[in-house]
Amino acid sequence: MSQSESRLSVPVSANDHAIGPENAALTVVEYGDYQCPYCGQAFPIVQALQRAFADSLRLVFRNLPLADMHPHAEQAAEIAEAVGLQGKFWEMHDLLYENQRDLEAKALLGYAKRAGANVDEVVAALESGEPRTRVQHDLEGAIRSGANGTPTFFVNGERYDGSWAYEPFADYLSTMLN
Amino acid sequence: MILTPGTAAPDFTLPEAPGQMITLSKISSPVVLIFYPADWSPVCGDELSIFQAAGPLFEAHGAQLLGISVDGVWCHSAFKADRKLNFPLLADFNPRGETAKSYGVFRDDDGITERALFVLDQAHTITWSHLSPIGVNPGADGALRALEALS
Repeated sequence: MSQSESRLSVPVSANDHAIGPENAALTVVEYGDYQCPYCGQAFPIVQALQRAFADSLRLVFRNLPLADMHPHAEQAAEIAEAVGLQGKFWEMHDLLYENQRDLEAKALLGYAKRAGANVDEVVAALESGEPRTRVQHDLEGAIRSGANGTPTFFVNGERYDGSWAYEPFADYLSTMLN
Repeated sequence: MILTPGTAAPDFTLPEAPGQMITLSKISSPVVLIFYPADWSPVCGDELSIFQAAGPLFEAHGAQLLGISVDGVWCHSAFKADRKLNFPLLADFNPRGETAKSYGVFRDDDGITERALFVLDQAHTITWSHLSPIGVNPGADGALRALEALS
């Protein structure tokens, strides 16, 4: 069971955080939560898939913070979006997953700085509420698309219900390519 | 067989906590019934967490979410606290699975409930139902669309 009836309700657009060629044969959308341990486990797997599929894969990351269960998830998602406004989204995304054990407010600002962002501007962006709006928009899109946990992956618009361990996920992507 | 749209939802009274009962017919709003196999299994945890995250979208339609499994009230309260769920989890515990049976979603072979969703309108007629493979979390999209179709 790898495919479902659930389809991505918000198409990938220029507003998304995307890495990889725009015309890639495979577009993988990940709905993730920075504090979710499973997303943390998936992080190096996704990186390995990006290396293995290289020019064939475009990765998009969207927010699905399960804020009731993960008290730092919403704030981490917002700060990643705030840093993203300065063009450093992926640097911040990676730092958050590499440092998942400490997502306290002070640590988050430290990661923003390490990502290369201007911290004063990050704070101002957070206060503007723009990142929060974006995170809420992502979350609603996730629910409407049938995201069923964190992480949830959509491959070329279809929810992927198979295992996201490296081998089964890579096998699935290979069959999608052929 | 799982009950289908157009059927009146069978009434039930089930405990959500020791001594605290919930009766379907006393709820005067649309209801989403989330039958799930068991507390603590990773798939169920994710499923209910997604409904929790989707809470505001369901509240916007005035809908009451109710989770139901055959686990007892003490198990439910520990699970609810751990997963920070704020909607009731009902214990279909004694007689085991009686409510699940009335909705056609009890599994005789292993004594747990199917992974099934029902959307009831304000008059508690079933307007949408969905049976998932036991290992696949359905997500909240179908129930949300069914609820939106009511208004």
